[in-house]
Amino acid sequence: MSEMQFYPAGDNALVMEFGNIIDEKVNQKVHNYTALITASGIRGVTELLPTFRSLMVYYDSSVVKYHELKSIIENLHPDTDTGISSKKVIHLIPCCYGARFGVDLHDMEALTGLTKEEIISIHSGVDYKIYMLGFLPGFVYLGGLDKRIEAPRLKTPRVKINPGSVGIGGNQTGVYPQASPGGWRLIGSTPVDFYDPSREEPILCRAGEYIRFVPITIDDYYDIRHLVIQKSYTPELITETITTQNANEGGFGL
Amino acid sequence: MSFKVITAGPLSTIQDKGRFGYQQFGIGTNGVMDRNAYQTANQLLENQGNEAAIETTLLGPTLTFDAPCICIITGADIQPSLDNLPVKMYQPFYIRTGQTLSTSMAVNGCRSYIAFKGGINVPELMDSRSTNLKCHIGGFMGRALQNGDTISLFTDEPEIACTISEDSPILSKSAPAVSFDTDVVIRVVEGPQDNYFTEKGKHEFYHGHYEVTPESDRMGYRLEGPAIENINGVDIVSDGIALGSIQVPSNGKPIILLSDRQTTGGYAKIATVISRDISKLAQLKPGDHIRFQKITVEEAQNIG
Repeated sequence: MSEMQFYPAGDNALVMEFGNIIDEKVNQKVHNYTALITASGIRGVTELLPTFRSLMVYYDSSVVKYHELKSIIENLHPDTDTGISSKKVIHLIPCCYGARFGVDLHDMEALTGLTKEEIISIHSGVDYKIYMLGFLPGFVYLGGLDKRIEAPRLKTPRVKINPGSVGIGGNQTGVYPQASPGGWRLIGSTPVDFYDPSREEPILCRAGEYIRFVPITIDDYYDIRHLVIQKSYTPELITETITTQNANEGGFGL
Repeated sequence: MSFKVITAGPLSTIQDKGRFGYQQFGIGTNGVMDRNAYQTANQLLENQGNEAAIETTLLGPTLTFDAPCICIITGADIQPSLDNLPVKMYQPFYIRTGQTLSTSMAVNGCRSYIAFKGGINVPELMDSRSTNLKCHIGGFMGRALQNGDTISLFTDEPEIACTISEDSPILSKSAPAVSFDTDVVIRVVEGPQDNYFTEKGKHEFYHGHYEVTPESDRMGYRLEGPAIENINGVDIVSDGIALGSIQVPSNGKPIILLSDRQTTGGYAKIATVISRDISKLAQLKPGDHIRFQKITVEEAQNIG
């Protein structure tokens, strides 16, 4: 694994690069440094943008210059260099699989050779790490999809996918936070809004946290959806300790 | 206190400095393209500094006012007039109840800023009033202005109202109008992924003349000119995109990413425009020309 590299991205941002691959350990380093830089309150740092394998640090160059900032960051020491933090924050996301939402679940059976029930059990049996957010507000790039339920994207993307739709595209799974075109195969829908500009915290979750899908019935879906619209529902958040150093239940087979 | 949009112009949006701190959630910054012109407007109005203004594109709007206010127009010269009498660019002017502010095609540059004492009163969303056209949020109803819109100003606030009069000292302030070149040298800091390109490709980039194509907007400028050769493809694992990042897709034609850029992207970025030259870029129109000049990050940060 390559060392941490610094590059200027113009005169008001620098990029810390930890590799050019999608990999859990590389991504964990990104989140460790995000936490570290946030906690150390370096003067002049204005915004952090963690991605799969790099961290963009925006700064005010009238306060701190490139080489000075680079050396400050180089002298920070992450608590752990095992690449895995010891606690994980998990959002329990209710998901109604199949029904009227999972329109591609039937095709998924043919593609994977698994039954609907098996696909649901596998998909909801993994804690997905949020590698980064991007593409759309609140769109989470998740790691951890089980290889058995990987499926190619649709040949022709749909023009409009409803917000909340849960899909699988290649080796990725995720949730559409707002109506958008898209080519992922839809297996279900969550009544929870990953993005709500009118909420105090418009975005539900942060990079570095985890998501666990919890299967619900269509009746539950509408009950929860009703509460979400009334702004009286927040998905449960739990914290678990990671016991083994390579605790990645789903296997990040990327 | 408000004004009514009689004609909106092709793309008039409400913008302030931008929406910062939310890129980690996939929400772009947006905000004004020509920060120099925008800041000059707020300075001359003795505003706080981040008041929302209208950013126009090539052709300005026509507006009527239902109460007095103090207005200024900076950036591209859109030949403003008030009830058919010309008013100067870069100088605050007083608008009486019922008057009509008209503008026309920009005679130089591309973007103008119509700003008001106290600023435009649209709801603040995630610490900004900037319009995010892609997500349909911010600004006025998350969209560009349309004919018939009625938009509020903060001029009713007591401390602002007391400064608005026909003999306000602000009206004597002015700044020299800026003329915008159509063939510009844009300074860049190399990287972060310049190592994806061949020496020949980089030579073309720093020595070629590039033309701004009609497929250019607030998100980015697509350029026509010598293709930039890459070594082994330009796909990278998506990472952050800074203001002014120049990405080069596999066709070799550079794209400069600007205020409405996406937060992350998967094309290699050969260089990044320095912050001081962004305003110059913001005033280019399709057909205008760019040459790129490489400077170091130290040089960029020591420009006085």
